[in-house]
Amino acid sequence: MSAWEIFGLHGKTAIDLVLTSLHFMMLSLLSVGGTLATAPDMQNFLVVIHGWMNDAQFTSSIAIGQAAPGPNVLFVALLGLNVAGFAGAIITLVSIMLPSSFLTLRVGRLRLKRADSLFLRAFTSGLSPLTLGLLLSTGWLLTAPTRGEWGAIVLIVLTVVVMVRTKTSPLVLIAIGALAGMLGLV
Amino acid sequence: MATTAADDDRSPRKPSSLLELFRVFSRLALQGFGGVIPIAHVELVERERWLSPEEFVELLAIGQVLPGPNIINVAVIFGDRWFGWRGALAAVAGLLTFPLAIVLSLAFVYQSFASLPLVTGALRGMGVVAAGLIVSTAIKLLKTFSGNPLGLPLSLALALAILVLVGFLRWPLIWAVLGLGIPAIAFAWKRLEAKRREARQ
Repeated sequence: MSAWEIFGLHGKTAIDLVLTSLHFMMLSLLSVGGTLATAPDMQNFLVVIHGWMNDAQFTSSIAIGQAAPGPNVLFVALLGLNVAGFAGAIITLVSIMLPSSFLTLRVGRLRLKRADSLFLRAFTSGLSPLTLGLLLSTGWLLTAPTRGEWGAIVLIVLTVVVMVRTKTSPLVLIAIGALAGMLGLV
Repeated sequence: MATTAADDDRSPRKPSSLLELFRVFSRLALQGFGGVIPIAHVELVERERWLSPEEFVELLAIGQVLPGPNIINVAVIFGDRWFGWRGALAAVAGLLTFPLAIVLSLAFVYQSFASLPLVTGALRGMGVVAAGLIVSTAIKLLKTFSGNPLGLPLSLALALAILVLVGFLRWPLIWAVLGLGIPAIAFAWKRLEAKRREARQ
């Protein structure tokens, strides 16, 4: 595919785009543990159900998002880019943020004094195990293009150990990953 | 009303314009690799002194409870506080505009050279690391489970159930959240209430 094709819609119809937008708006309201926790559902929708991209493209989108500065949520724009070029990028990014931001705007104006109230504590502690499960699911899905390869397994374990045990910048690890990939180690 | 010395001490300054809001949020977003929140603390609390440390913690707590990216929620509430919805928009635009341009340029460059084995190899390696980074975020979250009112065994069982249902069996997220999330919240609530009653006696 030529790079300039990202200015086109990749043959998607208006209905495709509206359905994608609605789906991402629903995920926006479910993204309590952050946007990456909704990635398994995005993978299901974009790769499994619609076949609009493959596992390698999905994983690359998240990898590029992690390598660039700024909020994590930007990987969603790259998913949209794979679906329908720049128009798709804007549609998915706006859709994943609009409903949650609108809710935040309303709730923020209530000036909740007690962020530690009983309900809020029950809400966060009830949902944090789900977030953990969703993050592990996201990690699992990202390994799809390299699953079962020894190099990849070693690199994942290395990344996890370094991140948990030291204060190394994730950027350093991403650079090591890129190098390992260029050398054909993973 | 008299201003007290304590107020002066903290000297909570405020953003003077929408443009300044946009500029400061741009600056902090562009420094954030793998997490903008720590940078936001440095910029908003220490450098600009727009928030006290306590206010920042409180804002972040609300941002984390609500759905949506935490840092975007913080920007929405903070911007709205000073300039209404225009302020919210300016702060969020600040967070996203330049990083979005960078990320789209990276993707454009990647697509231009996607046929080169070196480039596909690099992206494969970066994808593996990305998976590792997300798993390590999960492990850091695991460390908070000892204080969870659900208790460690139930918390782990819930996390595992989600991994199987959503990660392996590919359930849509909404069923998993409604089916397991709501009972988990209700149960945590009951436990917290019981604890509070015990504490009173």
